[in-house]
Amino acid sequence: MRELMGIRETYGETLAEVGAENKDIVVLDADLSGSTKTAVFGKKFPDRFFNMGIAEADMMTTAAGLAAAGKIPFASTFAIFATGKAFEQVRQSIAYTNLNVRIVSTHAGLTVGEDGGSHQAIEDISLMRTLPNMTVLVPGDGFEIRKMIRAIVDYKGPVYLRGARNKYPILFDDKYEFKIGKAVTLKTGADATIIACGFMLSQAVVAADMLKEKGHDVGVINMSTIKPIDKEAIIDAAKATNAIVTAEEHSIIGGLGSAVAEVLSENHPCFLKRVGVRDKFGKSAPAMELIKQYGLMPEDIVAATLDVIAKKQ
Amino acid sequence: MTKKNAVELREVAKKIRVEIIKMLHCSQSGHTGGSLSAADIMSCLYFNEMNIDPKNPKMQGRDKFVLSKGHACPVLYATLAEAGYFEKEKLSTLRKLGSTLQGHPDMLLTPGVEMSTGSLGQGLSAANGMAMAAKLDDSDSRTYVLMGDGEQQEGQIWEAAMTAHHYKLDNICAFVDHNGLQIDGEVESIMGIEPLTDKWKAFGWHTIEIDGHDVEQILGAIKEARDTKGKPTVIIAKTVKGHGFTFCAGKVGYHGKAPTDQDIEEGLKEINKS
Ligand SMILES: Cc1ncc(C[n+]2csc(CCOP(=O)(O)OP(=O)(O)O)c2C)c(N)n1
Ligand SMILES: [Mg+2]
Repeated sequence: MRELMGIRETYGETLAEVGAENKDIVVLDADLSGSTKTAVFGKKFPDRFFNMGIAEADMMTTAAGLAAAGKIPFASTFAIFATGKAFEQVRQSIAYTNLNVRIVSTHAGLTVGEDGGSHQAIEDISLMRTLPNMTVLVPGDGFEIRKMIRAIVDYKGPVYLRGARNKYPILFDDKYEFKIGKAVTLKTGADATIIACGFMLSQAVVAADMLKEKGHDVGVINMSTIKPIDKEAIIDAAKATNAIVTAEEHSIIGGLGSAVAEVLSENHPCFLKRVGVRDKFGKSAPAMELIKQYGLMPEDIVAATLDVIAKKQ
Repeated sequence: MTKKNAVELREVAKKIRVEIIKMLHCSQSGHTGGSLSAADIMSCLYFNEMNIDPKNPKMQGRDKFVLSKGHACPVLYATLAEAGYFEKEKLSTLRKLGSTLQGHPDMLLTPGVEMSTGSLGQGLSAANGMAMAAKLDDSDSRTYVLMGDGEQQEGQIWEAAMTAHHYKLDNICAFVDHNGLQIDGEVESIMGIEPLTDKWKAFGWHTIEIDGHDVEQILGAIKEARDTKGKPTVIIAKTVKGHGFTFCAGKVGYHGKAPTDQDIEEGLKEINKS
């Protein structure tokens, strides 16, 4: 078992770090600053921290106004409220205007756990990916989100970063290099390639090890930028293995799996299987029990991979 | 810019009204009534009150204006052209392919447009963000925002009303173009918003009620807003939708209808006589 590292905890710490370096950074939250960890920034820089109350629509458009006036706003709340409740505000005031708002959510996906389906965003990647100008990032571990936060400070245009409630297994270290739009190959393999993001990246790594024991040489790619997606990495993997599996803690409709399928079908059609939430809402339960229940375990990735390998033969 | 006096502001408003109906007649698409009801307010803001430089639209420390009721952009475009942000000839390209003058304001295309709008209910939030930034920067830049009265039905406005009060944004001055009409009919019959002034008061705002076509009253209210410290001000401006032309004044049907050939002929005659 790998050691764990907090995603939202790292967000909070990193935000406070970059906030000390760049006075243009302002932070907005909607009464969840203790959960999203923006409170760490708020404590250090109370003048640049705006608690907007439980008013996500107002928060997003206010962030746009701050950005229009030259600030670099980070706006945080749970993923479902950031992207669902305030979708049209994000569209009109942030994406349409191409403003430098950084929407950093937490509590995306099933790993929200006990709060249940109402709070588990399984459609946020899909919603944000469809917006012109929007960049969509999903960190695979704590080190990656740290690099991501630094990378988006000076980036031009709006960004959605999908964060999480749970701690993730550590996959990288401080030397990890993150570049927006660049997929990272963790492991190459001749038989198939698993393309994953977020929490499912660590599941994919375990799956690849399990497959190795079964005699299959399977690669793993971290697709932590969903948009703009690294087409080349996908096409190269398809050419090399002709068998692709995607893995995400998100609906298979509109998320990473869809994005990869779009690239494959237009460029290099090959066997594909998507591991993800299969058009269902979440439920209340401890996070890992849900991951199991919804078919997001390494065993599920293994089964999907064996399936595509069998098909291509 | 040099400040114009009341007589001149009335003349400017008249010019703005003429350009509004001309450009809408040209595009044969767009919002006539809500553009005309705001012409006097726009004249006062851009030609007397606001610290702006049309030749340098991004001037540091400038005052800002957000047209929350974005559908009324013909009044904004006519005002910006009159102020010199771009040539008046551009107005005839409204809503046409390739034009910088979109059907709703686009800050990426039109010089002088501070925020893209069109989806009602968002302008005050955006203006609040600008006002917060001004406070952080110790700038005395003020932010003006114009909302519709039907638009008051949007919940986000009341979220933003709380925000402006909570953060003591006395550098915000909001207008409600209280023309009594929205698309489907009279505001009070669709979804009543009265008592509107009391609502804003209850949200902690300084409120001023004026006749939105009386230039002196508009100027007085803007000054009162500037002198009000510690809280934001809303100016509830009683107006007539389609004001200035008999063909559309007070007519709900001219919300989103462009002037016909006959309208424009009659309208130009009428305004030249006034
Ligand atoms: C969120 C949203 N819903 C609906 C519309 C369509 N719409 C455009 S104008 C309008 C009526 C606006 O009425 P009011 O605010 O009174 O404006 P005015 O009378 O000044 O034109 C509506 C419903 C819109 N632009 N945005
Ligand atoms: Mg109205």
